[in-house]
Amino acid sequence: MTNSDIQEILGKYNNDRFRLMDILLDIQDKYGYIPKKFFNLIGQAVGLSSAKVEETVTFYHFFHTSPKGKYTIYLNDGIVATMKGRDNILKQFSEQTGCQINSVSKDEKFGLFSTPCIGMSDQEPAAIINKHIFTNLTVEKVNRIVRLMKKDTPIQKIIQTIYESDKVQNLIHTMVTDNIKKTGSVLLNKYKRGSAVKKSLNKNPEEILEEIKNSNLRGRGGAGFPTGTKWEFCTKSKQKPKFIVCNADEGEPGTFKDRVLLTNYPELLFDGMIIAGYTLGAEHGIIYLRYEYSYLKNFLQSKLEQYKKENLLGKKIVNSDFNFDIRIQLGAGSYVCGEETALIESMEGKRGEPRNRPPFPASCGYVNKPTTVNNVETLSCVPKIINHGSEWFKSFGTEESAGTKLLSICGDCGNSGVFEIEFGMTINEMLEMADTIETQAVVVAGPSGKIISENEFNRKICFEDLATAGAMIIIGKQRNLLEEVVPNFLDFFIDESCGSCTPCRVITTHAKNRLKKILAGKGTTKDLKDIKSWGNLMQKSNRCGLGKTALNPLLTTIKFFPELYERLIKDKEYISEFNLEKATADYEKITK
Amino acid sequence: MSKPIVATTSLAGCFGCHMSLLDIDEKVLDLFKLVELNKSPLNDIKKFNKKCDVGIIEGGCANDENVHVLKDFRKNCNTLIALGSCAITGGLPALRNNIKLKECMEEAYINNITTKDNNKEEIIPCDKDIPKILDRIYPINEVVKIDYYIPGCPPRAKLIWLTLRALITGEEVDIPYEVIKYD
Ligand SMILES: Cc1cc2nc3c(=O)[nH]c(=O)nc-3n(C[C@H](O)[C@H](O)[C@H](O)COP(=O)(O)O)c2cc1C
Ligand code: SF4
Ligand code: SF4
Repeated sequence: MTNSDIQEILGKYNNDRFRLMDILLDIQDKYGYIPKKFFNLIGQAVGLSSAKVEETVTFYHFFHTSPKGKYTIYLNDGIVATMKGRDNILKQFSEQTGCQINSVSKDEKFGLFSTPCIGMSDQEPAAIINKHIFTNLTVEKVNRIVRLMKKDTPIQKIIQTIYESDKVQNLIHTMVTDNIKKTGSVLLNKYKRGSAVKKSLNKNPEEILEEIKNSNLRGRGGAGFPTGTKWEFCTKSKQKPKFIVCNADEGEPGTFKDRVLLTNYPELLFDGMIIAGYTLGAEHGIIYLRYEYSYLKNFLQSKLEQYKKENLLGKKIVNSDFNFDIRIQLGAGSYVCGEETALIESMEGKRGEPRNRPPFPASCGYVNKPTTVNNVETLSCVPKIINHGSEWFKSFGTEESAGTKLLSICGDCGNSGVFEIEFGMTINEMLEMADTIETQAVVVAGPSGKIISENEFNRKICFEDLATAGAMIIIGKQRNLLEEVVPNFLDFFIDESCGSCTPCRVITTHAKNRLKKILAGKGTTKDLKDIKSWGNLMQKSNRCGLGKTALNPLLTTIKFFPELYERLIKDKEYISEFNLEKATADYEKITK
Repeated sequence: MSKPIVATTSLAGCFGCHMSLLDIDEKVLDLFKLVELNKSPLNDIKKFNKKCDVGIIEGGCANDENVHVLKDFRKNCNTLIALGSCAITGGLPALRNNIKLKECMEEAYINNITTKDNNKEEIIPCDKDIPKILDRIYPINEVVKIDYYIPGCPPRAKLIWLTLRALITGEEVDIPYEVIKYD
């Protein structure tokens, strides 16, 4: 790798510092890693200090500054993967490749790394190897994979051999199963591409905005903000250009429904974005695709090309005066980048640190221009609303939650996959659908949501009761909730906090230590009191949702499973864990 | 009523907190009108000779002697106050907490410029008379129960004064925001 190699890549992006992510991704793709010695060169070319370049590189999981192996194996360390036997798979990879976790083998042939949930919770244990996905791994499959890698077999060939498929063009379906378990009336259903776009272009933007507002469509990315209102903010801004951003970061552990939409119904998303663009007067669309899903990039790109050919994208779309294009921006591994302002920062080539608001993206977003960020599923509802009308859309769901919702159901159940349900379904009904026995808890909306107990299973899935962006992790009675599940979630937040806010950076670790203390039988009533009061502090003093919800695994288990804590907690104000002998052991050893 | 008895000590601290205590200027005289001082570096009483009402601790625990002193304070004082960042969180000395003790000791006694050529035998001092260094700095509340915390590095004189006065007189403290705001 020489200076001119790097310059060539920089040239491809016109030395544009807002494309730093692409520049770094290209370098890493081509050479396997991004050597520190080039930070200066990259910085100078794009007009940043080398420290700024380093900031970006070191923020993301999938960027490396040293070689990471010819074959780089990433294993999900999320709870569902662990429940499905990830530890055995890890052990096998480790033995066969000679790599400890998070290291590279001596001959630099293999790298073995941990990574948070990769969006395959319905087919774990799974691994990402050189951007390709290997699902439903068994010890035997691992042996075969490593054997093929030792023979330097190309990665696609390995996939085809392991999954016994010759369908090269269909590689994405070979790697990953869709697991659509329940289709519904809105999303997982027939759609003629372009139909809603054509219908929209015959109306004026105000009419469409009115239709979306009237449909009561609410954001499917978590917060449930009314989409029509969000769009309206953006229409009010006179600045140009405007941007429509699709949030395909899908980082909440246990979620994979956007993956299924992107794989099977990309037309719904594209049309949703085009219609949003037309309504808001935006000419550019960007899909921020999580790195874990980069195996979908070429597929989506080819679909976009088809759109251009059919004049559904580009200049003067279907003979109207409206221009619109869509590009795909890959992320590089970071949960907080799913937060819309962090996502914008990331798209601008920076660390994914959420911004202070105001100003809101609607007036000052990507490259400080008016920007609307919507989840894949939200945008995918739009063409259906246009085609069938807002009243039709409202005929599904509940009073405050119109339409249907995709659930990603996984964990201890016989039937995991994606289900399109009407808002208002109860957890009990969901569990039946998912074929469960002996359910101890359901993690509604992933680690940042709620861990609820049996007593709550008659509650409804909808914004007015149990809101979720889709993740539903089912925890069977055989699991130890406090030993296995809660610490796993806390570790996730500790690792993924961007570090800007002190409470988010610090209290997460303190809370985990308190839990450890409680589990060691040294917990006191004061520990519980402290954790509860920290919950309040975290809500008030952190900048983004990550920090605000990071203690939820503890707070909701304290609330819904009080007996688990009561069993462990001593009715005392203070217990010291300090042990002088242990604390001086190192010193004794050093001075022996 | 007899005067409340106060003791103070500095563990792994820099004495800055004690200096801040003295920074209450002429109010020191008022303070000593209100309290009797027992074991403290301020009067050089080395050993508790009475049960005390209030113990004020500066600094965290860096070695076994700190631990013994702290436990002694807990035994002899009804109320313990952690004074300043070092006592509350470990503070500045806790910067070493992410570095292995062996590495710290080697840097201090073997590898640094002043010892490099002067410690050929690579000796790390150890004697039964020198305190044993702990594997990390411990905030004092991890070792004994602490009743009150006065934040700051050092805490402002006024904050110390207001807290102590309130504790002694039993009146509610009204601490102005500026006194505990640090950024
Ligand atoms: C830490 C964090 C992670 C998030 N991750 C995602 C995500 O992966 N996908 C998503 O659509 N929204 C995510 N969100 C929500 C977004 O900030 C934003 O609300 C959403 O993309 C807006 O789209 P919607 O209105 O269509 O839901 C996340 C929020 C936070 C605080
Ligand atoms: S809450 Fe946490 S993740 Fe969010 S901005 Fe603050 S430090 Fe970063
Ligand atoms: S808190 Fe600050 S002033 Fe007090 S002992 Fe520690 S370093 Fe010194």
